Amino acid sequence: MTTKLFGEPVRRREDPRLLTGQGRFLDDLGAHALEAAFVRSPHAHARIRDVDVSAALDVDGLVAIYTWEDLPDLLAQPLPLLIPHPALTHGRTAHPLARDLVRHVGEPVVMVVARDRYLAEDACALIRVDYEVLKPVVGVEEAVQSARLVHEDVPGNVGAHLVQEVPSAAGLGARETIEAAPHTLSFRLDIERSASMPLEGRGVYARWDADDESLRVYSSTQTSTSVRMAVAARLGLPLPKVEVIAPDVGGGFGVKIVHPWPEELLVPWAAIALGREVKWTEDRREHFVSSAHERAQVHTVRVGFDDDGRVLGLDVTILHDHGAYTPYGIIVPIITSTQLPGPYRLGAYRVEFSSIYTNTVQVTPYRGAGRPQAVFCMERTMDRIAAYLGADRTAVRAVNFIQPDEFPYDQGLIFQDGRPLIYDSGDYPESLRMLKELIGWDSFPALKAQAAAEGRSIGIGIGCYVEGTGVGPYEGGHVQVTSDGRVHVSTGLTSQGQGHETVFAQIAATELGVPLERVSVVTGDTRRFGYAVGTFASRAAVMSGNAIALACRKVREKALRIAADALEADPGDLEIVGGEVRVVGSPGASIPLATVAVLSNPLRYAFDAEAARATQFAGASSFERPPVAEGEEPGLEGRDYYSPLRSTFASGMHAAIVETDPLTAEIRILRYAVVHDCGHLINPMIVEGQIHGGVAQGVGGALYERMVYDGHGQLLNASFMDFLMPYATEVPFIETAHLETPSPLNPLGIKGAGEAGVIPVSAVIASAVEDAEGIGIDRMPISPSELFDLRRSAG
Amino acid sequence: MTDIAITLTVNGVVRQVEVPGRRLLSDCLRHDLGLTGTHVGCEHGVCGCCTVLLDGEPVRSCLTFAVTVDGHDITTVEGLAAPDGAMSPVQRAFTECHGLQCGFCTPGFLCTVTALLRDNPSPTGEEVLEGISGNLCRCTGYQNIVKSVHRAAEIMAEES
Ligand code: FES
Ligand code: FES
Repeated sequence: MTTKLFGEPVRRREDPRLLTGQGRFLDDLGAHALEAAFVRSPHAHARIRDVDVSAALDVDGLVAIYTWEDLPDLLAQPLPLLIPHPALTHGRTAHPLARDLVRHVGEPVVMVVARDRYLAEDACALIRVDYEVLKPVVGVEEAVQSARLVHEDVPGNVGAHLVQEVPSAAGLGARETIEAAPHTLSFRLDIERSASMPLEGRGVYARWDADDESLRVYSSTQTSTSVRMAVAARLGLPLPKVEVIAPDVGGGFGVKIVHPWPEELLVPWAAIALGREVKWTEDRREHFVSSAHERAQVHTVRVGFDDDGRVLGLDVTILHDHGAYTPYGIIVPIITSTQLPGPYRLGAYRVEFSSIYTNTVQVTPYRGAGRPQAVFCMERTMDRIAAYLGADRTAVRAVNFIQPDEFPYDQGLIFQDGRPLIYDSGDYPESLRMLKELIGWDSFPALKAQAAAEGRSIGIGIGCYVEGTGVGPYEGGHVQVTSDGRVHVSTGLTSQGQGHETVFAQIAATELGVPLERVSVVTGDTRRFGYAVGTFASRAAVMSGNAIALACRKVREKALRIAADALEADPGDLEIVGGEVRVVGSPGASIPLATVAVLSNPLRYAFDAEAARATQFAGASSFERPPVAEGEEPGLEGRDYYSPLRSTFASGMHAAIVETDPLTAEIRILRYAVVHDCGHLINPMIVEGQIHGGVAQGVGGALYERMVYDGHGQLLNASFMDFLMPYATEVPFIETAHLETPSPLNPLGIKGAGEAGVIPVSAVIASAVEDAEGIGIDRMPISPSELFDLRRSAG
Repeated sequence: MTDIAITLTVNGVVRQVEVPGRRLLSDCLRHDLGLTGTHVGCEHGVCGCCTVLLDGEPVRSCLTFAVTVDGHDITTVEGLAAPDGAMSPVQRAFTECHGLQCGFCTPGFLCTVTALLRDNPSPTGEEVLEGISGNLCRCTGYQNIVKSVHRAAEIMAEES
């Protein structure tokens, strides 16, 4: 019997509690807590002249009302700018509660605490804020031209400006190379705003223990350790006196990585100030107008290529709409600009972006983080080249691919982690071969002709991408075997539904040779593991997975050493199978791992049967050395960290067949195929689930989702009624195939899989609609009415 | 605001509670009765997370005032398993087919699908899509939820 579980489609261990209503999400906690609500700005740009709370004071059940002026010094400061960058010359963040100026609809102005949420909202409704309304700046093009400023001290509304350039082999710049190329094309490509939209919004619940002077905060976050540090710093508490726990989290997709959210500071602060438990649960409208969006960018592309479609030079200029603040720095446009080359070897590449402030909700990473835009640019470019040359779209891609023997491949750029962008491994030609086979690329023309004969128009599209995954700097894992033989694993990063309890248990069970049932996993609880970065950028499996494997290896080594002593064997002759340490090839000689755990601690009160049984193995103690020898620790546990040299690079290719209705211009996806390479698979079922979910979000981004702002900066569709996300009826069946090119960078050979599904979808659908219609598609998402208009202007 | 005394039969247990007239059924179940399995994703009737069975029929508990269901029978996700805790065929199918990720939308799906399969024990693919087309899931991409529904139908047929 082996316990090799790595690579198996093991069923999820988190399911039973989630299926029976026993999950514990943020709003399920704190039954008796006071509840907070916020008065938020109804204006996109305004000066606060006065806040009058007098009418609200009569609300029965009101406990407290706070404005910016009530905040203590540390908390009154602007929120931290998390990822500074030299190119971000004018980084700006909001105050936890607005001070003087509001810069987008939804910015929090007043916090109310009451006996319950209904009463808190009653009080909010009675608070009068007097605003001097200013004209807002909406949309990047208006922002760069406008004399009006979002921040008075940020000229031209430009927060950041960055150029990266990789010259050609001959040392020429991209612009010169393009001028000299046999063929050139220029065009503009737009993508609209969307948002993560987890079904559980944000939420915070805090308890202050006045006797112990300690604070416990629960937050629906993707990074509990960083929330903890932020809370300690901004509330002036010693770090060890603050605990932050991410309970069950109902989806994140990026938006819950921002930290601290104003509410993550304000709620704990109020809990301390009032000496009572306080909770805030975001409602859906709040989520639309006060969390974060992403995607909106305008791209100007110029490309030079030869007769085979080989890209000799590519020049891309990006206007990135950053919304009102830059709490998360300029990660999104940095990713777009560096991930744009994808699986291709570009002759010369120049990319330039400006990050622009507007009076709209701030922009921070949403699943894929800048990559859907990048892939849209690169893949539209490939399609344009193919169309220009009259070549097959896959053939143009193939001539540009980096070849399998060229890894590690240095793109010559600096990636989001500040490290060189070097691809670790991959096999793009094989991936394309698999995809073409899966979707039936070569036989599609016949299908299309047949459909045309029936009066139907169908089209096929393709999109290829490379995704930097598993970004550092580190994650850690702690593993403890207790005297009952159970294995307790903890890691600091969080989980929002990715099945970490299962995959991390698979890794630990495999490494330690114990049955899965004996392994328990805790994530995102700073009481159990204090150092962590967080769950984002498809990094959890790579980072914590490897850290846990390394910690298990330490534990295993110690277990074998102790067992070798007890069994009078050589550690090299031992193996752990089914929770028993045994001498290889001699079945009689074994000792349970549980017993080894007891032996690892010289203090052996016989609390349990295991301890009593272990005494038979205890050797005579020597009076020459202390019970815990130098360099040793009591207990069978280990902690280790994994810190990679640089990111891993997963890759994939998607293809779709769509049908467009000749009358209504409705776009229907008939088939969707995915070839995916994330290195070794820990749990293929879970990886596939991640792909499905990603593709569904991509379909939303390609066909439905957009944030509709009017000229006054009002978000016109801040509800699920008007912001359309796909239901089961809109998402196609997804056919998948896996390619495994293991990463040479980490012990488990894995790359990440969390975001891949979403990345190329807009590019693929655009490609397919273009093929069906014969009309160029240069902005996404595309609705039937937009397609209808395109037809009219083309016809 | 004067509270109103109501009586609900929730998961087979008679519960009495006093609520203001404006109290949503979702809040009443979650916060007054402590049955937090029912989730709230939008509070405007679109996502389906808050779906419970009212006299056997799926309803949005976020669009229902608690006082309007005085005297009625409600089943929440906590009431789907057998009294001994054994998961229902629908619940088992969801775990077999990886029909959930974060699990936030799941209680709404489970209630919807339970009613769907009671009324139509062997739905076609179209009927399954139609049946779950009022529930949003942001994680799974639905494919495995659809698979779960078919699998649940199979389990129910095998066990009947
Ligand atoms: S919470 Fe009731 S439908 Fe969304
Ligand atoms: S599983 Fe997360 S929303 Fe459905």
